[in-house]
Amino acid sequence: MSGNPIKPSTWAAGVVALAAAGFIGHMLPSTGTAPEQPAASAQPAKQAKSESPTPKAVAPVQETAAPARKTEATSASYTPPAESDIPKGPFGDMVRLGEAIFHDTQHNAKGFVGNDLQCANCHIDRGRQPNSAPLGAAYLLYPAYRSKNGHVNTFQERLQGCFRFSMNGKAPPFNDKVLVALETYAYFLARGGPTGVAVEGHGYPKLKAPGQPADYDRGAKVYAQHCALCHGAGGEGQKSADGQTVFPPLWGPRSFNWGAGMGSINNAAGFIKANMPLGLGGTLSDQDAWDVATYMDSQERPQDPRFVDSVTETRKRFHDEPTSKYGLIVNGVLLGEKSPPSGTINTMD
Amino acid sequence: MRSMVGGALLLCMSAIAALAADGKDIAANGTSGGALPCSSCHGEHGEGTPASGFPRLAGLNVQYIEHQLESFKNGTRKNDVMQPIVAALSDDERKTIANYYADMTAPKAEAEPAAPAAIAAGAKLAATGDWPKGMPGCGQCHGAAGLGVGATFPRLAGQSATYIENALQSWKAGDRKNDPMGLMASVASKLNDDQIKNVAAYYESLPVAAPARSPETKP
Repeated sequence: MSGNPIKPSTWAAGVVALAAAGFIGHMLPSTGTAPEQPAASAQPAKQAKSESPTPKAVAPVQETAAPARKTEATSASYTPPAESDIPKGPFGDMVRLGEAIFHDTQHNAKGFVGNDLQCANCHIDRGRQPNSAPLGAAYLLYPAYRSKNGHVNTFQERLQGCFRFSMNGKAPPFNDKVLVALETYAYFLARGGPTGVAVEGHGYPKLKAPGQPADYDRGAKVYAQHCALCHGAGGEGQKSADGQTVFPPLWGPRSFNWGAGMGSINNAAGFIKANMPLGLGGTLSDQDAWDVATYMDSQERPQDPRFVDSVTETRKRFHDEPTSKYGLIVNGVLLGEKSPPSGTINTMD
Repeated sequence: MRSMVGGALLLCMSAIAALAADGKDIAANGTSGGALPCSSCHGEHGEGTPASGFPRLAGLNVQYIEHQLESFKNGTRKNDVMQPIVAALSDDERKTIANYYADMTAPKAEAEPAAPAAIAAGAKLAATGDWPKGMPGCGQCHGAAGLGVGATFPRLAGQSATYIENALQSWKAGDRKNDPMGLMASVASKLNDDQIKNVAAYYESLPVAAPARSPETKP
């Protein structure tokens, strides 16, 4: 199989805000209308009952935030190498191991995974697919300063974040074979690409603001119509008869936790628009993508592992933006208050 | 009270026995309405006749089988052989047959093994798809081991290669339109003939497994 072409792009200033992180796990503040009810009360459960059952619309994201890293406009072309280009020998073996971890994280990174997801669930085609946060394009952007943790991150540290948040697990130590393999695989996929440049198709697409403010109830309808068949009516995912997860859970205890990039509605909307339903990417309208992303990201999921003191304080520190529902009351539930624990490492198999 | 419960239990058990007998009877002898016996093509134990492309039915999801029978009837799945047979079945008979085959376990029917290279190429495609063409791997919906998922995504492991080939060509030609959201039609439209042959060979090469009614899908 040949690699997917990732074409270079000309980036208008201000549209590169997410360059700091080539793939999920990043969040940036944005402008927009005010978020709904902040959970200021000390008795959120009581307060919840008196709240309107219908959440207010979330503000669409305008990427006006200063980019955490400057990227240059480029006209250089970049096509990740084909699988057949993986060399023989120890380097090639490590590339293959990285690919295997990416494809089947559950079995190949055991001990670091705390939910039912695989890397490839959100990075389609084992991290090769443009607009699905391709791994090679991400590699080209590291080391990078990230507002998420306020310092310059190496690529390995960025990968650690994936395990801690998106995989709801624990970070493999630096230079652990899992991280070395993933880094080697990413480096291989980045071959020929321009370093420090956000190539076209990196990260997830930044959708334009929807015509109408994104809406939970409309999102629920989109979900029932286009998503529930595979991901289940309650977002629980589906397994085959041998107990292996086939369709990943989108919320609940076996999904990504509140710290994951996919918990940001702008990321989710971009991913969904480009890639969902699987094999039918691009068929949903932008409005549908915004609405259903809002619906998905308004559900309870494992706690943010950075939790400090209270949901209110944790929102203030890590989620104070319209693209996160953490710490807000949706349908009478204070999101984050009854989250299942984070970092519960799988013990099965 | 106890005798009532006992009586109800007995009634239940005999109803189940009758259902099972009916399914077996229809499969072996056909129906009074004129439906041909299923077993003449699908094998005595629902194992199928791989070389002729008659699919294995044993262990398929019950709702999946029912949906296919309904689709033959309403024309969303065109098939000259099945259409008149299903037209002769009542609603109850369709349900009975679906239940009968869903619960069956049958050893794998013998088939001429395909070339290892074709199986290997099929395995690769099933696992990783052909994303430059926008095509997911088969396993991304049918499960990594081809065991199927729920009522919608049938098990493919151990299925007749000729059947799979014909089915994919039928999706491609638009003779089959009974999939949700057009998912399968979309995938099939992206497959070329070689890919179809390879992936069919791969799934036929896999072992069959226990019926799809796993604990979590049982009512």
